[in-house]
Amino acid sequence: MENTKCECGHSNPVGTTLCEYCGKPLEEESASGQPLEMRYDGKARRSQTKNATWVDHVWNFFSSVKVAIWLILITLIISALGTIFPQERVIPSGNPDVYYKQKYGTLGDLYYNLGLSDVFNSPVFMILLGMIGISLVVCSLDRVIPLYKALNNQKIEKNPAFLTRQRVSRTESVSEADRGEVLKALSQALQKKRYHVRTEGESLLAEKGRISRWGPYINHIGLIIFLGGILLRILVPGWYLDESVFVREGETKKLPEVNYYLKNEKATMELYDQTDSREQASKGQPLVKKYETKAIVYQKDPNTGKLKEVKRGPIVVNHPLKVGDILLYQADFEANQTQAIQLQLTDKKTKEDLGKFRINLYDPAKEYALDKGIKVRILNYFPDFVMEGNRPTTKSENPNRPAFVFEVMGPKLKKSEKSWMIAGTNLDDISKSNRYAIDLSRLETVNTSGLMVRIDKSLPIIFTGLGIFMVGLSMGFFWYHRRVWIRIQDGTLYVGAHTNKNWFGLRRELEQATQAAGLPLSFSPEQRREE
Amino acid sequence: MEKAMEYALFAAFFFYLFSTIAYVVAVTGKASRVGKEVHIKRWGKRGLILAMIGGALHILFTVIRIGISGHFPTSNMFEFTAFLCLSIVIAFIIIYFIYRITVLGAFVMPLAVIMLAYAAVFPTEVKPLIPALQSYWLGVHVTTVAIGEGALAVGFVAGLIYLLCWVGQGNRAHTRTASLLEGVLAILLMLVGFVLLSASFGGLGYQASFQHTVDGKPVVEDYSMPPVVSPINSKVVAMDSFPGLDKALFEAPSWLKGEKAASKLNTVIWSVVSGLLLYGLLRLILRRRLHVWLYPLVKNLDLEMVDEVSYRAIAIGYPIFTLGGLVFAMIWAHEAWGRFWGWDPKETWALITWLFYSVYLHLRLSRGWHGLQSSWMAVGGFVVIMLNLIAVNLVLAGLHSYA
Ligand code: HEM
Repeated sequence: MENTKCECGHSNPVGTTLCEYCGKPLEEESASGQPLEMRYDGKARRSQTKNATWVDHVWNFFSSVKVAIWLILITLIISALGTIFPQERVIPSGNPDVYYKQKYGTLGDLYYNLGLSDVFNSPVFMILLGMIGISLVVCSLDRVIPLYKALNNQKIEKNPAFLTRQRVSRTESVSEADRGEVLKALSQALQKKRYHVRTEGESLLAEKGRISRWGPYINHIGLIIFLGGILLRILVPGWYLDESVFVREGETKKLPEVNYYLKNEKATMELYDQTDSREQASKGQPLVKKYETKAIVYQKDPNTGKLKEVKRGPIVVNHPLKVGDILLYQADFEANQTQAIQLQLTDKKTKEDLGKFRINLYDPAKEYALDKGIKVRILNYFPDFVMEGNRPTTKSENPNRPAFVFEVMGPKLKKSEKSWMIAGTNLDDISKSNRYAIDLSRLETVNTSGLMVRIDKSLPIIFTGLGIFMVGLSMGFFWYHRRVWIRIQDGTLYVGAHTNKNWFGLRRELEQATQAAGLPLSFSPEQRREE
Repeated sequence: MEKAMEYALFAAFFFYLFSTIAYVVAVTGKASRVGKEVHIKRWGKRGLILAMIGGALHILFTVIRIGISGHFPTSNMFEFTAFLCLSIVIAFIIIYFIYRITVLGAFVMPLAVIMLAYAAVFPTEVKPLIPALQSYWLGVHVTTVAIGEGALAVGFVAGLIYLLCWVGQGNRAHTRTASLLEGVLAILLMLVGFVLLSASFGGLGYQASFQHTVDGKPVVEDYSMPPVVSPINSKVVAMDSFPGLDKALFEAPSWLKGEKAASKLNTVIWSVVSGLLLYGLLRLILRRRLHVWLYPLVKNLDLEMVDEVSYRAIAIGYPIFTLGGLVFAMIWAHEAWGRFWGWDPKETWALITWLFYSVYLHLRLSRGWHGLQSSWMAVGGFVVIMLNLIAVNLVLAGLHSYA
């Protein structure tokens, strides 16, 4: 490979803009009088030097900040579009294809057809995140290695051209006699400002806050870990579970997808005290204070088939119950769901009360024995009754509108009689000729808790990534990498300084330091322009 | 105690207002008697002290409110916006102590005043928390977000000052930048217009209501400003009189559905019109464009310095915003909803804000976007924050939507 030789005798790799040894600007950089481009100290990077194979091309593409900015911008725009209408996940309908059209018209239809209604799960979005991830890895490697080498191998004595073309710089004549004193005084003043000072001959390099330079790389590593966590969660089976389950009070139910059972001992909803003066604010609408499910979690013994308690405790909004890897969240609450009904049988002829029987709507018994040898049998049960054409059927398994066909048998009847009963409907006409009437005497209600069942094994990775990201941000933004080069040559004192951010602070610090060293110098930008 | 709380905020508002006046006097005063330097210094100091007293009273308000309600006051639009105002003031004071630019106060403090007035448009009662908000993360997450946004807002103001300065310094030929800048100032006036109108109509107790159907159900929509636009296919239920307006001028377009869409559109129309009227009025009185009129305030500033102030404010705001808006947000979302991220509009817009400022940082660091471009980005970032605060809260409904 061809090298670029500096006049100081050092051979620099192709792509270097500032001599690695003396800092003198190489090539066209030397022509202009503008402040030097100090990024990565002028070190050559892989992406600038190799351009032969397809690997190089891919590398160069992903190491480009321009590309990164476009990726981030596209992600930003797509995210914004994704908020125009609600996403499919939250719409109150299972048929997005009709829902968007119906609710939002042509625009909604377009939204759905463009895939914007579920954009955050779309392949395009995943690919974007993936590309940002790759870009993060490549760009960091491309830069952090040369930067590390440059900062670890700094020469103290720099070419005067390097010093005078820093954004903050100053030249001042000094007498031969003062030389040593001036340098020593400056060195001490800078040390007081907590610079790490090294000297070599008539030159000095003061540096502090180098840690700031690693900030972006650390934060990018954090982001990579974060994205990696998300990727693992999608790829590794069993790492992610998102299910929900409704459990009635008193019921024990198997949790979906996992080998646990949960008993809802009690589900309560607490309201804010209406007499509390603050409460008046909400104009009498009762405000919910708390939803709580008292739960017991069991595991089934594989040998005996018996349930063994593993955990017991309350599940409250904001306070999930943790069982192993599983987290149980209070997500929904349905108050006063009918669980059972109590029916009353009467002899219409004698007006005789023949007893009551209770039907568990979730698990009705086949037959109920009553007084005087009378039996009631359930011929048909529709928990969620509807008529489909002229045929009775059920919409769901939930007893939202229970309907029964009973058969009543008894010693006083020659033939058993049929009797219909539909919740909320008066059917006296149909069973007019019946001897026995069945009437509702009591409803038994319970509360139902909607619980979310979640597993997310990548959470520790995700939050570690975020933690590292924050550490990187703090390093990058709350420290500043400042360097001051001072050199005395031929009766002239050259001062050049560079910082990665916060130039005003650097200038002020230098003015204070030179003042303390008994050689007050101004570093204001105007002064530079005048020079 | 409730009274003390109200007075504290009321007093804070006036101190912010007085601080604004002091700062304006500092940068505009002729000051022939004591000399320009001394004048600026003296009045700048007064402005700063007034701002600090205002901030202290605002903190007092916050503390009393915590005492009364038992939770950190960031649970609805009023509380959040008021806290954002406090954050802007605090961020300004911190930035002031680093750079000591008096002019900054003349621009930040009016923003604080508008912000607090905007907050007062929303219902101010202390309300008990619904179960989803009962967590100490409410305080931790929302305050961190607000403090971050406060610093970002100061970055915006410095960006605006940069633009005023840049256009003023003989770059007036750059007509596009000048017109855009004028547009931004007009939009800010719309915010002022909205606040003024809400306060006036609120003071008058103006009310109107319409009945219409949403998703097949009849709803009554209340207006707090005279209806220029009514909900589609609606009937007037009640309408206070307003000169020159005995019925709505037109109906909302058919694609604008949703429960309160029409009254929101009505408010937007009023804000835009009043902002433009204010703008026209100012133009008539001042007889020149606003940015030209404002330029003398900023003409002595060093552009490079202003650019750095803007960047510095953003460099402080960005990590804090990230911590609050992403990290804490994810932790809380995980605890409350069982997922750390759910693409709720508010969450998504926090992500958009964050991505936007990430782009800003990359453009600045790696593509050399300093000065002019960087200032425009700072302005754009604030627009995104305001979109999240105003539009997303009021228009896109979601879990977070306070109003
Ligand atoms: C959403 C994703 C990203 C975020 C949040 C992010 C964040 C940051 C932050 C905060 C900085 C420090 C900026 C400053 O100190 O002013 C930075 C620097 C940087 N980022 Fe990113 N970044 C992201 C993606 C990327 C990608 C994909 C690339 C790939 C090209 C990239 C390349 C860089 C480079 C080259 C620097 C400058 C490092 C230096 O010169 O010291 N970033 N990034």
